[in-house]
Amino acid sequence: MAVLTAPTRRRRATRVPPVVLAFVLLPLLAEGFFVFWPAIQGFYLSLTDWNGVSAPTFVGLANYREMFGDGVFGKAFLDTVLWLVLFGGLSIVLGLGAALLLQQERRGIGFYRAALFLPVVFSLVATALVWQAMYQPDGLINQALRGLGLGSWAHPWLADQSTALYAVIVPALWREIGYVMVLYLAGLKGIDPMLYEAAKVDGASRAQQFRYVTLPQLSSVNAVVISVIVIDSLRSFDVVWALTRGGPYHSSELLSTYMYSTAFQSLRLGYGSALAVVIFILAFGVIVSYLVRAFREAD
Amino acid sequence: MAVTHASPPRAETQPAGDGRERRRADRPRGRALGTAGFHTGAVLLSALWLLPVALVLVTATRSFDDIASNGLGALPHSFTLDGFAQAWTDGGQARALLNSIIVTVPGVLLSLWLASMAAFALSRYNLPLRRTLLLLMLGGNLLPPQILLIPVSKLTEMLGLYDSLYAVIGVQVGFGVGFYVFVLHGFMRSIPQEIQQAAVIDGAGPWTIYTRIVMPLAKPALAALCALSFTWIFNDLLWSITVLRTGSKMPITASLIGLQGQYVSDWNVIAAGSVIAAAPTVIVFLRFQRHFVAGLNLGAVK
Repeated sequence: MAVLTAPTRRRRATRVPPVVLAFVLLPLLAEGFFVFWPAIQGFYLSLTDWNGVSAPTFVGLANYREMFGDGVFGKAFLDTVLWLVLFGGLSIVLGLGAALLLQQERRGIGFYRAALFLPVVFSLVATALVWQAMYQPDGLINQALRGLGLGSWAHPWLADQSTALYAVIVPALWREIGYVMVLYLAGLKGIDPMLYEAAKVDGASRAQQFRYVTLPQLSSVNAVVISVIVIDSLRSFDVVWALTRGGPYHSSELLSTYMYSTAFQSLRLGYGSALAVVIFILAFGVIVSYLVRAFREAD
Repeated sequence: MAVTHASPPRAETQPAGDGRERRRADRPRGRALGTAGFHTGAVLLSALWLLPVALVLVTATRSFDDIASNGLGALPHSFTLDGFAQAWTDGGQARALLNSIIVTVPGVLLSLWLASMAAFALSRYNLPLRRTLLLLMLGGNLLPPQILLIPVSKLTEMLGLYDSLYAVIGVQVGFGVGFYVFVLHGFMRSIPQEIQQAAVIDGAGPWTIYTRIVMPLAKPALAALCALSFTWIFNDLLWSITVLRTGSKMPITASLIGLQGQYVSDWNVIAAGSVIAAAPTVIVFLRFQRHFVAGLNLGAVK
């Protein structure tokens, strides 16, 4: 097809109507104004010391050097990695599990899928408030534990430094699993049933079918899901901000929340920008691999 | 419910469903047990998932005294809509919901309008550097917003837009448009070239082709993105708290944070506020479920 259309394409390239150029330039300007130009500024600001009032002063890499001695940065970095592994890993595994459980069309399946998917449409702040109520000392979770005779486990989940981060991950997972499930359901539907038939004829067990048919066939969906989850994880802010603000004592601090409080509460805009650059660097590999895939797709 | 609609034509060809459907008449007892087991598991899972939703609805309709004396996790002893009334008026949720609509409706329309134009031009005309432009626009959307927060807040200050809803609309459009361009480009590319050529022969210009031919054909993708971007913009917290300061200007998601601070232990008010904030997206979801699920997959299958 590329060979056939090549000559006509070249001819058409010479006569693109001007209005079509405007069609592209207008949105590009909007994005350039609110995204590309600010992004360039963001990188520059990370090399400055700035309180937002007087002019920024150029300090080179001093902000980045400061991170090595900043215990809160270290904590936030590790928490972000932990978040990536736990939140990311569990939402992929549990989302795939839910999709496998609910893949078959049968009576009532629409209801089950909708139930798992419903939280996806809630804002993360609303989600956080719902769970905050459940986490209260007299909330549902502690009451249920007492009811089960596990009263000694009852706990101020969000106020305890050792549990705060995990207590924040759970609501985030509750909301993410349905989303991942929907992506995998579409992927599972795309698998040719003949492959399973062939596997069955060869005497493959259910586990073998999963290992040798389902998983390889899902590889492109996996790549998408992993990219989406990594990007989402690094952006995670709302749910932590609403539940703990990164506390108590930075025990649930992520780079995103630390960046926000450094920039907009401590008004250290240069250091905040440098923290944002670190988040960007963590996301960079995934963004590039996503774009490479998109590039291949865009013919 | 309508989630199933995304797939019914191929339902019979589903790997496991295949044999079972055909043999339903003489289904062995093992199968019946399997079905019962499946439904038991699925019902329990759904119940677990819906439990927090049910709990927030119950909490929102309890009275403050009931919660204070019986405890937050206890069974309800009262039914009242006071929590809603308080969140709606004293908590400023009425105003916040209006702010959200002022931001969301133009935000969705404007970003899809701009994105559809760019996607049209990039997919239907052989522009120079079109692939580069497409990826540049998508790349902008993939950036972590954190890198943009400080410059954007300073930019809106410089323009005199800081602390106004216009700033939120602008940011939402600028940041979202790249993703919508990419998705719509993928969709519009599949519209046959012949239709466009026929229109060109009939003397139609790009604007006519865009409004009369490509946009009507792109409706499914536009509907899906509409549902998706509505929830994204409506649910946003970060951009709002970055470019807004005044409490009465906050959209609903950001105002929930305010409500949380204002009514620290009035759980009925906080729960009612959460219900109010979640209701519009739940309505959109239930009404346009099919578009919604389609939108998520459109965006993902890359």
